[in-house]
Amino acid sequence: MNSSRINRIIDQLFKVFAIVCTFIGISVLGVLLFDVFSRGLERLSWDFLTNLPSRFPEKSGIYTALYGMVWLLVLTILISFPIGIGAGIYLEEYGKKNRLARFIEVNIANLAGVPSVIYGILGLQVFNRMMQLGNSLLTGALTLALLILPVIIVSTREAIKAVPKSLREGSLALGATKWQTIRRVVLPSSMGGIITGLILSISRAIGETAPLIVIGALVYVPFVPKGPMDEFTVLPIQIFNWTTRPQQGFVINAAAAIIVLLIFTFFLNGIAVYLRNRWYRKLKG
Amino acid sequence: MFKLEAKNLDLFYGNKQALKNISMGIKPNTVTAFIGPSGCGKSTLLRCFNRMNDLIENVRIEGEVLIDGRDIYHSRINLDDHRKKIGMVFQKPNPFPKSIFENVAYGLRINGVKHKKFIAETVERSLRQAALWDEVKDNLNKSALALSGGQQQRLCIARALAVEPSVVLMDEPASALDPISTNKIEELVHALKSKYTIVIVTHNMQQAARISDKTAFFYIGELIEYDDTSKIFTNPGHEKTQNYVTGRFG
Repeated sequence: MNSSRINRIIDQLFKVFAIVCTFIGISVLGVLLFDVFSRGLERLSWDFLTNLPSRFPEKSGIYTALYGMVWLLVLTILISFPIGIGAGIYLEEYGKKNRLARFIEVNIANLAGVPSVIYGILGLQVFNRMMQLGNSLLTGALTLALLILPVIIVSTREAIKAVPKSLREGSLALGATKWQTIRRVVLPSSMGGIITGLILSISRAIGETAPLIVIGALVYVPFVPKGPMDEFTVLPIQIFNWTTRPQQGFVINAAAAIIVLLIFTFFLNGIAVYLRNRWYRKLKG
Repeated sequence: MFKLEAKNLDLFYGNKQALKNISMGIKPNTVTAFIGPSGCGKSTLLRCFNRMNDLIENVRIEGEVLIDGRDIYHSRINLDDHRKKIGMVFQKPNPFPKSIFENVAYGLRINGVKHKKFIAETVERSLRQAALWDEVKDNLNKSALALSGGQQQRLCIARALAVEPSVVLMDEPASALDPISTNKIEELVHALKSKYTIVIVTHNMQQAARISDKTAFFYIGELIEYDDTSKIFTNPGHEKTQNYVTGRFG
């Protein structure tokens, strides 16, 4: 065999290898979806969405969990978006590029890698106990906000960094102040990237269970929360709860709840893609 | 009385000296060309006149830069107000990702101008001055990014003119453009001379010869020669200038 023939074979082998790799990823998702849908689909109904939790699996629903999740998300968004975007703007536009800035930068990147359960412990100690917020929605939202802040800050910075220097100079040369330049040129140009980061961070927050369990959200909540100081439960916790029960009925409930959670996540990601595309189209005209 | 003046101006990037003891005066309603090989300091000097060098870290400036007789580095001026009087056009067209109309209106909007009719009139007048009106008047709400490079550059000129500056600084405004667009920009410079003081950095010797009244030749941070354009290109007083304008180096 000459070398070019060997090269061709290697080329083909690598292609097959790459296909197999792709297939593994997709098939795992396929198996998961099949398993969940085949068990849970029959259980999905309007009643399932609007029923309160119950001892009997057939009567149990996810109303409180859905309600709590929406509450939690809204509060988390209100807390984390302004802080995250503000910090991102400061670090990229105002902060001096010195050793302290690099130190902060590295540590924010580190924070993004801290296991979420650690945030739960922090939330338990600081928000639940020291600030005496209890296992309330507010504690949960503050904890989740901390969890996704690094993601928001990093993605905001990346989006702002991608705005060409020439645009800033153009604005400043016209006599715009720094804030006018940021508000009218930098932020509109980078909003597509910022929004994408925001929604991805929210997708992450939706799926988090561990920190919420640690702050004490794993409790039986028979009513929907009325305000930010109320106890709450969310879908992942409800799922976790049901899977620990011995009765087969609750396993089916868990599968159905997973379907709802998946739909919710896909929906959010869909919004992210839509907003981003719309933004770019608007810019390009 | 000079419109723009530099007195014993030194500029350092960190330890590297980019401008060495520059002294020159630019009269109102003239076109002055800055020429010289890359890295000679001509853009740096241009950017001293509206203090754009402030954006770069580790810049140190000694000496004076005067606009209408006022030192812009040492007297207590408001930098944003100062920059409004000095329009700037950059090497690469840098329209904002907004509509054509909003690009030109930008300077008014940041000044808090709300009067719709006034804004519309100013936008039209500026676009006419920049010889772009006829090409875009039906598409004012289209994104500026959809324009060609030459149109974008004229849009940037219109944007600079809309705030009614008295000086227009141009940093190689035609270097990224095709010959036809370049020609349009040059005609524009000629037409604008009656109202504005124009300083233009260029690598194109013919361009400098065609459009400027005065030419300044820079070499490694020094102002070698500054005189009437006709003299610089026909009978320069300095050997380096002679070599550069005849294309023997640079």
